[in-house]
Amino acid sequence: MKIVAVIPAYNEEKNIERVVRELRPHVSEVVLVDDGSSDATGERANRAGAWVLTHAINRGQGAALATGMKFAVDNLNADIIINYDADGQHSSEEIDAIVKPIMIGRADVVLGSRFLNNNSNVPFFRKIVLKAGIIFSRITSGLKITDTHNGFRAFTGEAAKKIRITQDRMAHASEILDEIGRNNLRYVEVPVTIRYTKESMEKGQSSLNSVRIVWEYFSGKLFK
Amino acid sequence: MLIQILLVAFSVFVIWRVVLRFKNKELSLPWFIFWTLFWIAVIVVVVLPQTTEVVASWLGVGRGVDVAIYVSIVILFYLVFRIFIKIQGIEKNITDLTRGKAIREAEVPKKDERE
Repeated sequence: MKIVAVIPAYNEEKNIERVVRELRPHVSEVVLVDDGSSDATGERANRAGAWVLTHAINRGQGAALATGMKFAVDNLNADIIINYDADGQHSSEEIDAIVKPIMIGRADVVLGSRFLNNNSNVPFFRKIVLKAGIIFSRITSGLKITDTHNGFRAFTGEAAKKIRITQDRMAHASEILDEIGRNNLRYVEVPVTIRYTKESMEKGQSSLNSVRIVWEYFSGKLFK
Repeated sequence: MLIQILLVAFSVFVIWRVVLRFKNKELSLPWFIFWTLFWIAVIVVVVLPQTTEVVASWLGVGRGVDVAIYVSIVILFYLVFRIFIKIQGIEKNITDLTRGKAIREAEVPKKDERE
């Protein structure tokens, strides 16, 4: 089984080497999509043993993910594709758990959920925003899941081919769920741990950005 | 009135620009016709405001000026909509180009010097 991890990254030079090195023992290949970073993200990831695809200009996380997944399927013939965050929020030891439902043929898509166990120290306000996002995505996609905006996922190569990510920016998380529903893919959720560090909270999405993401989602839907 | 002279002068100026764009092939024939007629209509309305009264009573709107404003707003919204769609298309094209280039120029992993 060829397992390829796809990491979208934007200005993550601080953590990226550690993240790539942590991942490599658990997967066959690591593909880093450098989404127009102005720092040394790409170079460092490459040095740490990752394939590096460079977006000449910043196109957003959804676009970067789509680029990496296309490359993993078309060029690396991946059997399983993993989505993984560049900021070190995920735990590489959980790769085996997230891949397992696909290995045993129980699912086409595996979604990480930080709410299935209580290991993640989710800040209070962030929790409220995420819960609202979950209700929103349940309505739009019809999928009954506990965590809709988790960047830790696994797909079979076939499933990855079917999923079309057209939302370049952050609304892709909801779009992936819609695509799972539309293509009738079998999905399961697996508990994962998200490490909220001071740094990741500063660099990552502001909770207030959720309003903007909802807008992007609808405008993308209406004017496809 | 001065405002009429200014508006007519401006409209003539825009028509001149439209003709230039069309000559330089920056504007397609349908859009050339649309914009020329549009600005000619503006001139007619400015010079003979009473023409709008005819349209107004025909449409059941109180005053001719109101008709002009309603029509302008509808046209503006439509143009904004068109531009919006166009930009989405352009964004998609840029992403596709960026993606193609990224994949064509994929960098092979370097041997990790720590191993």
